[in-house]
Amino acid sequence: MGQSHISNHIRSLRFNHNEMTQQQLADQVGVTRQTIVAIEKGKYSPSLELAFRIARVFQMPLEDVFAYEEDPVQ
Amino acid sequence: MSYQEKKNIVSLISTILIFGSYCGAVYVRYNDANLAGAELFRFWGAVILILIPVTIVAKVIIEIIFIIINRIATKEVEPSFADELDKLIELKAMRMSYFVFVLGFLLAMVSLVLRMTPSVMFVILIFSGFISDVASSVTRLYHYRKGV
Repeated sequence: MGQSHISNHIRSLRFNHNEMTQQQLADQVGVTRQTIVAIEKGKYSPSLELAFRIARVFQMPLEDVFAYEEDPVQ
Repeated sequence: MSYQEKKNIVSLISTILIFGSYCGAVYVRYNDANLAGAELFRFWGAVILILIPVTIVAKVIIEIIFIIINRIATKEVEPSFADELDKLIELKAMRMSYFVFVLGFLLAMVSLVLRMTPSVMFVILIFSGFISDVASSVTRLYHYRKGV
């Protein structure tokens, strides 16, 4: 399974928010820790709703948390 | 290794063990039976109907044992709900499972067209059910490890 085109800064944002754990973030946005792990590793692109919920936890706009990277081949 | 990965590995192993044990038991018990006609269909019907509850009960017991052992060994609590990633992986696994079973079903029909015995058709049907279950577990395991 290829890496997602959507990158994110969740790991650094967690660190900057009182070293929030993956489990704490997962509890706040209503998913399992495994899903946060997959998003951070770029193995899963979250739904738009989940992306907004994550951005809201960090009180940042969506595009400051997630970024879309164009395929270099295209 | 995450809880879901461990759970799927256990599910895969239990599927193989249960199916292998059941097939072995049926083979040992009815290997010498000389069935024909309606009796043959009744036999295969019973084999399939008994396999389903046996598999369900055995899998539930094995899963409970896994949860208890995993909780004791790792202090890890199993997720109490399925989130969007779990549901997406479940859908992909179900699609793979149906695809494999339909292939097996078609193969079973081909065996009838080729005038093979009804036993061959039933064996293909039962094995396609088993392979579809394995394919489902492998698909889930793959997506939990490699991503979606």
